[in-house]
Amino acid sequence: MDTFVMRHLPALLIATPLFAAFLMPLVGTAGRTARNAWAFLGALLTAAIGLTLAWKVWTTGTVLYVFGAATPQQTLPPDAAFPIRIMFQVDAMSALMAVIASLSALGITIYSLSAESKQSGLETFYAMLFLLIAGVLGMVVTGDLFNFFIFLEISSLAGAALVAYRIDDGVAVEAGLKYALLSTVGALAVLTAIGMLFAQYNALNMATLASRLQFTALDKVALVLLAVPLAMKCGAVPMHFWTPDTYTTAPSSVTAFLVVSSQASLYGLFRILYTLYGDLLQFSWATFGWFLIVLGILSMFIGVTMAIPQKDVKRLMAYHAVSQTGYMLLGVGVGLAVLGNADALAKYGKTAMAGGLFHIINHAMYKGLLFLTAGAVFYRCGTRNLNKLGGLGHTMPWTMVFFMIGALAIAGVPPFNGFASKLLIYESVFRFSPFLSIIAMIVSILTLASFVKVFHSMFMGPPRAEFAAAREVPAPMFIGMAILALFVVVAGLAPQPFIEHMINPAVDALVDRAGYIAAILGGR
Amino acid sequence: MKMTKIVRTTADVFYPFCLVFGLYVVMHGHLTPGGGFQGGAVMATGAALLLVAHAYEDITGRLRKTAMKILEAIGLMMFLFAGLSGLLFERPFMGNWMAFTGKWFSHPVAHGPNPGDLNTAGLLPLLNIGVGIEVLGGLTIILLYMLSGIHAEKKP
Repeated sequence: MDTFVMRHLPALLIATPLFAAFLMPLVGTAGRTARNAWAFLGALLTAAIGLTLAWKVWTTGTVLYVFGAATPQQTLPPDAAFPIRIMFQVDAMSALMAVIASLSALGITIYSLSAESKQSGLETFYAMLFLLIAGVLGMVVTGDLFNFFIFLEISSLAGAALVAYRIDDGVAVEAGLKYALLSTVGALAVLTAIGMLFAQYNALNMATLASRLQFTALDKVALVLLAVPLAMKCGAVPMHFWTPDTYTTAPSSVTAFLVVSSQASLYGLFRILYTLYGDLLQFSWATFGWFLIVLGILSMFIGVTMAIPQKDVKRLMAYHAVSQTGYMLLGVGVGLAVLGNADALAKYGKTAMAGGLFHIINHAMYKGLLFLTAGAVFYRCGTRNLNKLGGLGHTMPWTMVFFMIGALAIAGVPPFNGFASKLLIYESVFRFSPFLSIIAMIVSILTLASFVKVFHSMFMGPPRAEFAAAREVPAPMFIGMAILALFVVVAGLAPQPFIEHMINPAVDALVDRAGYIAAILGGR
Repeated sequence: MKMTKIVRTTADVFYPFCLVFGLYVVMHGHLTPGGGFQGGAVMATGAALLLVAHAYEDITGRLRKTAMKILEAIGLMMFLFAGLSGLLFERPFMGNWMAFTGKWFSHPVAHGPNPGDLNTAGLLPLLNIGVGIEVLGGLTIILLYMLSGIHAEKKP
């Protein structure tokens, strides 16, 4: 049984959340206890499978799963063009993303159990949440470009439905429509690019495509059509305009997972630049590296300056999400810029990439935590307006503690995980260009300033009469936040094991384009 | 809003034919153009025909939202379990264990021009049937919700 499950982990990783989602409407008719238990079970199982799969990848190397056949070479009829089947190719980079997605999914589902308990239509909510989880997990483990598009669409549509979930508020529907429209336009561009590549090279498998690419004029157009929508989906300035509306109006638990979903798009962007095109960009690594760096710097700076004047706490956090995405783009962009220079890559390029990738997981955890604390405050007080909130430290001490952990982590204050990844980025980027590193530090200081303001206006001050009824949040919300907070603290106190066993293999996997191709084509 | 008796009777007569044609498209999905989604959409067209011809409240007895929800879940489950069933036969997910076994849907495909054998393709007809049921349920629910929305606005 053990080996049976171990053999089919990648398929089960997608099948489990899909199973949970499909059966949710039926289970929902059996009452709220059954529904909550089903949601919890689904999330727990998904997280267990995600972590086991990642562990398998870290111990035994890239896991390849071919749908409908034992090996990639097996085709029907036997002489058909190879490889034609859908494949999941889980290398260390995919494993890292799968861990992020499945861990956040667990925390967020537990949190939703009580945070959303007052709403109606919950079986649809959980069905959509599991579809979103399945979409994100699929995006990060698939080795097939068209399959990537399918999962991108699944996550976009489920995400849009979840954003518009609170239909009593017209703004939510507008935000949902905006997200759906932008995602569809972006996905259409991705589909067009995939069509261009398929028409030329007769393959959809990423490794096969990577081995056949010639970098014709059409390929260049396809690169643009792939990179820009994915940069938009991850919320990079100047394509960030959807993030504030979407993140603000969605239920907090959904927002926390939309952050993960946008990071799956970030993963897609890195995968396409490093693995799909990779060596073809060698005529000018710097151009493509600086493309990411400029996106990153713009996102960092504009995100944080837009965040400072916000009065809605979730809108403020949404701008910070844009700003933090900039760090990831900066770190990985520096790695891309020096990819052709083995000396610089070994000296600081890989460290910068490690910082960027470490920041992805850290960001998912502390930003998720912050959104969940904002949701907790909204759950008890019914408002997100910073000018109206105040004095909650007296009545919601644990929420305050979780908020402090999240806020200090996002500002890069030791000993929390944000500091660990930001230090890696500062140090390595400084050797690339001191100016960029200084901007990154200034942005961190502005982040701290902004969160001091939020902390002060939400939790400090005398207790207020209108929030006298506010109490600590129910246990499921507490556990959901605690799971994320625990990771923030542990990864901040002992970052070394995480970097050694999770991040560095991911960096090597991202750089090792030949290895990715050889896993399917057998060293051709 | 209710259409004339002629339209309503025509729709009633047409409805079973729509379903049968949809079922045909689903069942022959692995042989002819079409398949699960297309056949399911054809069947849902029958539901749309009824909805347009009759008043919304006259039709809710025949097309129930809960029944359609259950159909949707059954179709999706069928698809997922068809995929998972491969695991029981030492195949990967979606492994076509039914092909060439000489039982259901498992004749070898004849080469050259032939009228088509329904008993081929192994797992594929099952997947088509699953998708067909799911699309019938899903599209009908969408139609029911959309029409109930229009109705609600018309009420004074």
